[in-house]
Amino acid sequence: MARPLINVPKTVRRGDSFEIRILIAHPMESGQRRDEYGKQIARDIIHSFLCTYAGEEVFRADFFPAIAANPFLAFTARAVETGRLVFTWTDDHGAVAFDTVEIVVE
Amino acid sequence: MFQGGVAHAAPHSGYDDAGPQVRAMQDDDTQNPGFLWVQQGETLWTEAAGSRATSCATCHGPVTAMRGVAARYPAFNPATATPITLAQRINHCRTEHQGATRLPPESDALLALSTLVAVQSRGLPLAIDDTGPLRPFIAAGETFFRTRQGQLNLACATCHEERAGHHLGGALIPEGHANGYPQYRLEWQKLGSFPRRLRACMLGVRAEPLPADAPDATNIELYLAVRARGLTVETPAVRP
Ligand code: HEC
Ligand code: HEC
Repeated sequence: MARPLINVPKTVRRGDSFEIRILIAHPMESGQRRDEYGKQIARDIIHSFLCTYAGEEVFRADFFPAIAANPFLAFTARAVETGRLVFTWTDDHGAVAFDTVEIVVE
Repeated sequence: MFQGGVAHAAPHSGYDDAGPQVRAMQDDDTQNPGFLWVQQGETLWTEAAGSRATSCATCHGPVTAMRGVAARYPAFNPATATPITLAQRINHCRTEHQGATRLPPESDALLALSTLVAVQSRGLPLAIDDTGPLRPFIAAGETFFRTRQGQLNLACATCHEERAGHHLGGALIPEGHANGYPQYRLEWQKLGSFPRRLRACMLGVRAEPLPADAPDATNIELYLAVRARGLTVETPAVRP
């Protein structure tokens, strides 16, 4: 499915910390469930997630099969300069997805 | 006026029965997974489709023009002289006005457009007109609600009126209002339509589940909307 929902302030004062919220559209199929015909559903989870801000890593997470579908992450960063937040995540299909949003520092 | 028995003088939303974590998820649009479908719906709203290469926005303008619409659905369709659900209405625009194919029930695209249209009415009271031509369909929905069915021989009313507030296995039985559809269910790990919820409850009593577009499925949706009068549209609601 679709793009993630990313929520960050449009502008932040230099030196202030700000919250980054991201809701990622992903089934996070644990590999433990069966479909309606009793067949095991193949595992398909995001296993790693990375966020960089102005080129620097600010948050990294490893995911596990017990995490529910459409995972939500919230974390903070400190405003240093106007730049891009880049979110990258990789799932069991090897698919690397990313999205990006600009943050203006005043 | 159709009154759904004792409990429903002041209906009680399933929101109130959900735990604090589930309510917090519904209350915060940045955490509510239903908004993934709202966002997808916003893209589809302005995307040209079908042989006429028109988008929803071509005819309807900004989607905010849809405020109030979902609160009136299912509505009476004079062309067929039957009620029509919001999802059927959207598909009608696809086939008649866009020259496009019907979106399958439970497809992400149909859920996305339905949720986008319905969220415009969030917070508005349900407003089905039960004084006009919908009356016989509402009555048929109420009959369905009160008729025992399935191998367990239970009516919707057995659980959602008589036993509302009691527990069934681990789950609290809610009053069974349908004011938040399409709705995100943690159990489904996905957004789902009212017909999907209906099938789940019918399977629960081991009855033959109704397909999404069965007339009885629309009648029961209509009756539930009248019975829930006083509640507001919660789409996209979050439930356990
Ligand atoms: C070519 C014009 C046209 C396009 C394109 C179109 N519609 Fe419509 N829509 C109408 C008209 C006209 C009506 C009024 C009822 C009728 O005659 O079908 C309507 C009615 C509706 C209604 C019911 C409104 C009410 O007050 O009950 C909804 C909801 C709706 N459209 C959604 C959509 C969506 C979603 C799309 C895109 C997938 C769309 N429409 C595309 C012309 C259009
Ligand atoms: C055996 C008891 C039982 C019967 C019979 C039953 N349901 Fe339910 N229903 C439930 C339970 C329990 C839930 C709560 C969902 C959960 O947690 O699994 C529910 C949930 C619902 C909901 C969602 C409420 C919300 O807040 O989103 C609706 C709508 C509903 N039922 C409609 C119906 C209809 C219509 C029928 C008749 C065809 C029916 N139910 C028959 C037990 C029942």
